[in-house]
Amino acid sequence: MEIKFSEEELNKVEELKSKYPNSKAALMGVLWLAQKKFGWISQEVIEYVADLLQLPPSHVDGVVSFYTMYFKKPMGKYHIQVCTNVSCLLRDGEEIYHYISKKLGISNGEVTSDGLFSLEEVECMGACGGAPMIAVNENYFENIDIEFVDKLIDNLRKQDGLSS
Amino acid sequence: MERYPKLLLPEIANLNEIDVYLSNGGFEAYKKAIKMSPEEVINEVKKSGLRGRGGACFPTGLKWSFMPKSKDIPKYLCVNGDESEPGSFKDRQIFEFNPFQLIEGILISGYAMGIKTAYIYIRGEYHKWINLMQKALDTAYERGYVGPKMKTTFGNDYWLDIFIHKGAGAYICGEETALMNSIEGDRGYPRFKPPFPAQRGLWGYPTTINNVETITAVVPIIKMGGDEYAKIGAPKHPGTLLFGVSGHINRPGVYELPTGTPLKEIIYEHCGGVWKNKSLKAVIPGGSSMPPLTAEEAEIALMDEESLQQFGTHIGTGGIIVMDEDTDIVKVTYRIAHFYHHESCGQCTPCREGCGWMEKMLKRIYEGNATAKDLDLLYSVASNIEGNTICALGDAAAWPVKGFLTKFRSEFEKRVKASREFVPPNVVHGKRRSFSDFVEYKS
Repeated sequence: MEIKFSEEELNKVEELKSKYPNSKAALMGVLWLAQKKFGWISQEVIEYVADLLQLPPSHVDGVVSFYTMYFKKPMGKYHIQVCTNVSCLLRDGEEIYHYISKKLGISNGEVTSDGLFSLEEVECMGACGGAPMIAVNENYFENIDIEFVDKLIDNLRKQDGLSS
Repeated sequence: MERYPKLLLPEIANLNEIDVYLSNGGFEAYKKAIKMSPEEVINEVKKSGLRGRGGACFPTGLKWSFMPKSKDIPKYLCVNGDESEPGSFKDRQIFEFNPFQLIEGILISGYAMGIKTAYIYIRGEYHKWINLMQKALDTAYERGYVGPKMKTTFGNDYWLDIFIHKGAGAYICGEETALMNSIEGDRGYPRFKPPFPAQRGLWGYPTTINNVETITAVVPIIKMGGDEYAKIGAPKHPGTLLFGVSGHINRPGVYELPTGTPLKEIIYEHCGGVWKNKSLKAVIPGGSSMPPLTAEEAEIALMDEESLQQFGTHIGTGGIIVMDEDTDIVKVTYRIAHFYHHESCGQCTPCREGCGWMEKMLKRIYEGNATAKDLDLLYSVASNIEGNTICALGDAAAWPVKGFLTKFRSEFEKRVKASREFVPPNVVHGKRRSFSDFVEYKS
């Protein structure tokens, strides 16, 4: 894929820049935009974003590597994030993590060979009242159990089989 | 059960729609505020005794009064919705159910400090709540409650812009100076204080950072008057608080209750007691960085800063984590230490190295490979992190470890051996000259 924003996305970049007194502050927003479009933040994306905002690529790289939510490698179509922090731990979040890991045959930060799923053990996602919880891409699933996770993954697989 | 005033999350359906908000007295507090002078608004907040809801409990009115009065320089307000403290999940309720009260709170705070630009910092994981908040903000702009159109809506010269800044997964960005760096598009490293944000904050200009809940609480304060608000809850820490209860509990969730409510009442009456009819072992009263309470302490503790200090802990973010009798305390402590090691930004050596060291030791204890000596070493490492770092993350990492270790020492002692097993030297060590060789060599 060519690393380039569309006209519409470039307008979005301008809109982001207008929120702040300088363009550096728009960096995090632009990186989100880039991740949405390109799937992950590669070296080319870093250089493209740096060029776009007139920043040194090293600075962009520094920001990308600091924040855990920017992907430094291609992730699955469905990125499954399992919380195992205290509140979830107390309600068997760890078991759910290990179950998913076994079911998909991947461990923390890995992607299934078909590129459909990736798994991440995340820190608190601010859903402690709904523990245990997982998030798939941008959606939260709270008060879950192994049975639910099982169905969810199967459904996602099926859904993808139909759509592709 | 007694009914308490709901000032932050009123039980009104569809309050997240602007018309419903307006018909329930929406933006009346702001209209009242602009009839007062900015100093009077700050004084009203001072009188209310409102203290920051982000964990540090700093008096809000006092914080606001640090802002320079000058009108010629840019000044900023940051609303902290990073909500990254494990155990707290209250701000997202405000984003979802009462976004316009937050916006009104920002207008009042902005007016009081003469601020032209406010940023709401929301953690990156909250995609859904960022969208909800953005939707509310767009509506407010459209209807002329935020932005330049405010001037005609309210018939006053004052107006401000509100923007949402999306984080990207870093616990440390909930620290006020790290949050500013994050908004500026840098790595989220905390800054040295002084200079304090009110002197040099965002882009070097005076800045105030307040928690989402704090800003939302400003609206009822102006509505009912500071004196009236100060009568709610504990005298030294007045108001209502959003308690997020999680863990081994029958009805987890966010409960708005006055400060000073007995913890026992929260657990057994509001939340329906410990799950599976089990008894209590420990309670973390204010998010994972606060030292725990034992079951006996939880029976008598009142949920306000002053009362909790008697038990060596703090109110924090009001995130209550309940643990039943079967909880493995060592595992919980190990998990907390793992979290802080993961989230340490790496600027200060005591925190960067110490958090990792604590995690390793706790892993050893958890796996049964530690000796009694390790417990004292663990305590000493925690003590040497505390107070020796730029920001409070070091303290936040040390407090729970020290707290659990002190209050549940027997749990840890059960897991350690009296002495370490003899480990045969490896090949490299075997080839080294022994100490006795060295002595002979010298003589």
